[in-house]
Amino acid sequence: MGTIVLLAVIAGIVLWMVGAYNGLISLKNQVVNGWKQIDVQLKRRHDLIPNLVNTVKGAMDFERSTLDAVISARNRAIGASGVQQTAKAEGELTQALGRLFALTEAYPDLKATNNVAQLQEELTSTENKIGFARQLYNDVATQYNTKQMQFPTNLVAGLAKASPAELWEIEDAGERAVPVVDLSATKRGA
Amino acid sequence: MSDDANLFAQQQSNRRRSTWLTLGFLLFFAWVGFGGDFAFWLLTADAGPGSYHHVVPFIGISSVLSAAFICWYSWRHGAERVLWSTGAWELIEAATPEQKQLMNVVEEMAIASGLPRPRVWVIPDPDPNAFATGRDAATASVAVTEGLLAALSRDELQAVIAHEMAHVRNLDIRLMTLLAGMIGAIALLSDGMGRMLGRGSRVGRGWNVPRGAKDGKGNPLGLVILALWLLTLAVAPVVSRILAMAVSRKREYLADATGAQLTRNPMALASALEKLEGATAATLSITQGSAHLCIVDPSPGLMSSREGFLADFVASHPPIRQRIVRLRGMSYQQAKRESAGALSPP
Repeated sequence: MGTIVLLAVIAGIVLWMVGAYNGLISLKNQVVNGWKQIDVQLKRRHDLIPNLVNTVKGAMDFERSTLDAVISARNRAIGASGVQQTAKAEGELTQALGRLFALTEAYPDLKATNNVAQLQEELTSTENKIGFARQLYNDVATQYNTKQMQFPTNLVAGLAKASPAELWEIEDAGERAVPVVDLSATKRGA
Repeated sequence: MSDDANLFAQQQSNRRRSTWLTLGFLLFFAWVGFGGDFAFWLLTADAGPGSYHHVVPFIGISSVLSAAFICWYSWRHGAERVLWSTGAWELIEAATPEQKQLMNVVEEMAIASGLPRPRVWVIPDPDPNAFATGRDAATASVAVTEGLLAALSRDELQAVIAHEMAHVRNLDIRLMTLLAGMIGAIALLSDGMGRMLGRGSRVGRGWNVPRGAKDGKGNPLGLVILALWLLTLAVAPVVSRILAMAVSRKREYLADATGAQLTRNPMALASALEKLEGATAATLSITQGSAHLCIVDPSPGLMSSREGFLADFVASHPPIRQRIVRLRGMSYQQAKRESAGALSPP
């Protein structure tokens, strides 16, 4: 009788461990998948930027510094690795692009060429997708991190080789806001 | 986590409602069929030998069979039929910047809601409107009118698509698409039966009006059931539509809120709704049978802009004003939270 109870308890514990382990692995894969979703969009964004720069280069020759800032921000973003470094580099790229877009507003001819409008639409969409994918990634990553730290799941965390996933933090709320560029000042300077 | 639980509860309740709806639909057809059989059986029971005796309940059997077929058909092909009835065409390769933007926005909202990208359709109609249909997220379709693409800004379009994706995620589309199929079938049945009975009495000796009843010698219970039966047929189309409206009205507020959460921009949906409210012309491509699927009521006169008891009862959508007020409230709360977050030290 005693052995049966003992066996039942052991079986129960083993079953629970299998369940908890599988739960953690599934969350881990969701985190990896969430990151891949972001990565796809980041790649697309990096591919679009040279097109945009080449298209506007001729018309915006005297805005050289803004264009250079975009290109160097892009190159830094491509070189970035790890969540935090990527987040920082991409944030800077977003800001550089925002300044460029704000400047193109001052060139109606440029906006009128369909190509620029299309590229701008593509980049806006990609940026939105990055934003939404980031939200999804942060959600599953938080769930994964909480799960592996909570008792009693933390007992199998080592077995599942679970380690906390890094969150994609936004440094400041200003990143979401549209950057304000005073065009009247620019024109006077030009 | 509570969001997940809430979503799961919403999906469960829509699954349950879909089941009840199907059962109710089958029961209605069983009543229409077997009730008719019963009335005719009572009415012909006293008839003399040699005249017709209604013994085999073939009306009931055929009507339950056809109801089962309609359920199956609405389940399998309901979405296609709804789209077909609006004359929508599927957008696969975007040709114009507007279409490209629509595709992009749908992809964005698919990512935001964590669902596969639904199929995208465009309805050639100048009035702005949109709807979603399908059985589940994998078979979902989102349709917008050309008027919507022309009238809305990017953010507003995004908000409308987010509203539709919320319907997809909550499984509202399953319930609504089933309802659309069934409303159509009931209207058809009521029309068809009415026509058959009308022809029968005009000719004078139709198969469906037994002589006993004409002579006034019929069984009184049989006459009562016959009267009830005719009444059911007459009111069924109206009742089914009111039911659809009642179900859809509740879902709209929720889809507005979920959509605003997806875009994190409640004001965009509010201003989109304002534009849709301004366009009071009817969306002619969208028929009465699928009105409850749309983001704003497509019927002429725009019942949704009125408030009050009667409007509450027959409108498929809550008054747009009230929806806008709620969205503004959400936006205010969001702004308050953000400013509180900025002021307090982390």
